[in-house]
Amino acid sequence: MSAVQPLEHRIVKSRFALSDLVAEAFSGMLARPGRTMLTILGTVLGVVAVVATLGIAKTSGNQIVSRTDELSATSVSVSNRSEGGFRSPSNNVSSIPWDAEDRLTRLNGVVAAGTMTRVDTSGSLVSSVPINDPLGQSEFAIDVVATSPGLFEAVLSELSTGRYFDEGHSIRNEPVAVIGSGAATRLNVTRVDQQPAIFVGDTTLVVIGILDDVAREPSLINSVIIPNGTANALFGTGAPAEVHILTELGAAQLIGDQAAVALSPNEPETLRVSVPPEPRILKSGLQDDVNSQFLILGGISLLVGAIGIANVTLVSVLERVGEIGLRRATGARRRHIAAQFLAESAAMGLVGGIIGASLGVLVIVAVSAQRQWTPVLDLYVPLLAVPGGAVIGLIAGLYPSWRASSLEPVDALRGGT
Amino acid sequence: MSAVVELAGVGRTFAGSPPVEAVRDADLVVEEGGYVAIVGPSGSGKSTLLHILGCLDTPTSGSYRLRGIDVGGLSDGDRTSLRGAEVGFVFQAFHLLPYRSVIENVMTGLVYNRTPRRVRRERSRQALERVGLSHRLDFTPRQLSGGERQRVAVARAIAAQPSLLLCDEPTGNLDTRTTSAILDLFDELRTDGLTLMVITHEERVSQRAERRIEMIDGFLGEAESS
Repeated sequence: MSAVQPLEHRIVKSRFALSDLVAEAFSGMLARPGRTMLTILGTVLGVVAVVATLGIAKTSGNQIVSRTDELSATSVSVSNRSEGGFRSPSNNVSSIPWDAEDRLTRLNGVVAAGTMTRVDTSGSLVSSVPINDPLGQSEFAIDVVATSPGLFEAVLSELSTGRYFDEGHSIRNEPVAVIGSGAATRLNVTRVDQQPAIFVGDTTLVVIGILDDVAREPSLINSVIIPNGTANALFGTGAPAEVHILTELGAAQLIGDQAAVALSPNEPETLRVSVPPEPRILKSGLQDDVNSQFLILGGISLLVGAIGIANVTLVSVLERVGEIGLRRATGARRRHIAAQFLAESAAMGLVGGIIGASLGVLVIVAVSAQRQWTPVLDLYVPLLAVPGGAVIGLIAGLYPSWRASSLEPVDALRGGT
Repeated sequence: MSAVVELAGVGRTFAGSPPVEAVRDADLVVEEGGYVAIVGPSGSGKSTLLHILGCLDTPTSGSYRLRGIDVGGLSDGDRTSLRGAEVGFVFQAFHLLPYRSVIENVMTGLVYNRTPRRVRRERSRQALERVGLSHRLDFTPRQLSGGERQRVAVARAIAAQPSLLLCDEPTGNLDTRTTSAILDLFDELRTDGLTLMVITHEERVSQRAERRIEMIDGFLGEAESS
C-alpha cells in the first residue's frame, strides 16, 4: 500500500443540502400520516377560522352595500327649511336657485342632480283627448310636477317609451310632458310616436315619454312631469322647492355637507339636507364585534395548533433519539439535526396552512351559496395563510429542534432502538 | 502499511465524585486492513474507547490520530465531518429508520458527506449487494430478520467507504447462525482492505479477529492471539 501523507489529508466538511433537507422533512412527516394529520388539525382549524372569518366579513359587508343600502346610501335631498316644500307650496321665497342642477353636478361625488317642484294648477284636472264614454271617467286629479332634466337620472327612473325632455325644452318653454306609467294608464296613453296630447285644465301638453319605473320618489309614477321653464311660463311656479341628488357610493355624507353651501352660499341654514343614516356603520359595528370574536377564536386555535405541533415534534425527538445519534455518527452536525426537525415542523405547519386555507375558502363559498351571496375574498388572505402556517410550524419547532440538536451523540446512541 | 488508528497515552476521565477513569494511558496502533477485537468485562471502558476511536468523544489526556489527523485539536464540527467521512459504525441496536425502505436506510449514511443524490442510490445498492441483500431493497426493516437488519446496518456503514469500521457488540442481538453469517461478512470486508475494530464480550467473535486486545479497568493489554 502506498504511504499516506497525513497532513495533506483534508477534512471534507459535511453538509446537508437543501433538497435533502426538504426530502427528509417530508418523508419524516409522511412516515406516520395518521399522526401527522392529527398534529396539524389544530393549525388547520385555526387557519380555517381566520380565513373564513375574514372572507365572510368581506362577503357580507359587500352584500350590505350592494343590495340593501345602495339606494339610500347614494341619495341626498335638499328642501327649504321653512314650511314650504313639495307637499304644501307657499309664497315663501325658496332658497334653491334655478341653476341648482348645474351647481350640484360640479361637486365631486355627485352623479346626477335635479330639482323637483309641485306645480299649483289651481285644482285643474288632467285629461287626454276626449273620448265620449258616458260610463268612463275621462278627467283625473293627477299631480303636475316641474323638474330639471337631471332629475330623471337622480331618481333612477326608467323610460318605457319615448324620451326625456332636456334643457332646450325648458329654455323654450315648450309644452311637453313626460308622464309616469300610472298616469299613462289612467289617461289611456300607451305610445308617444303620434305625439299624444293631454290637457291640464285648458293647457295642452304633448307627451314625449312615459316612465316605466322610478326607484326613488315613486310618486312620480302617478304624475305629469314638465320642464321647469314650461311650468314657470304656464303656471308661474317660481323657484324650485326640492333637489334630489344621486351620489357615488360612499359620497352621500360629504355631499350632504356641501350641498347647502353650494345651493345657497349666503344662507345655507335655510335649507334642510337629508342624508341617509348610514346603516352600514351600525351593521359593520355589529359585524366587527362578531368578527373579532371569531378572529380571537381563530388565534386561539392557531396557538393550540402550534402547541400541538411543538408537542408532537418533541415526542418525536424523544422517540428518535437513536436516529439522531446515528445521524450525528454519520456526519450530521448539530445544525443539520436542528434544521431537519425545524423543517419537519414547518412542513407540518405549511400543510396545515394549505389545507386550512382551502377549507376556509370552501366555507366562504358554502356560506355564500346558502345565503345567495356573491363570495368576496381578498386574494392575499388565503395566500398569506399558507406561509403563515409554515411560520407557525417553524416557531413550534424551535424548542424541540434545539433539544434534538443539543443531544450528545454518545448519549443518543446509547438510548433509542 | 500506514496507521489508521494511533492512540498515545490516551485517557478519558469523567467528572464526578469520585471522578471515573474509564480509559487510562492507552497506547494502540492499528494498521490499514487490520482486524482488532477488543474484549473485556462490562464496565471496563470498551464503549468509551470506541467512542473516542469513532470521534464521538474526545480524550481528556494523550493524543489520538485518525488517519494522521489529530482528533483532539478539532472543533466539534470538524470532528463530526471527520467521522462522517472516515468512520462507519455498527451498533448492537441497529438504529434503522423503521418507516424507510432498506435502500433509503443505507442512503442515510451518505446524506451528509457531499455524495450526489444519483451516486447515493447506486453506492447503496452496491453496499447492499456486498452484504447479500440485493433482493430486499424495498423492504422495510420490520419485514427483516435480526441478521438481515444488522446486515443493512453494515451496508449503511460501508456505503460511505470509511477507513475504519467500528462495531459495538455487533452480534449482541443475534442468534448463533446469524452471528456466523455476520462474522463471515466481516472476514470478506477485511479482505477488501477495510480496517475493522470490534468490541465484543463473545469469545467466538473475538477469535475471528487478527488481534485481540483485552481491556480491564480502563487499561489496554494485548491478549494472546487466537
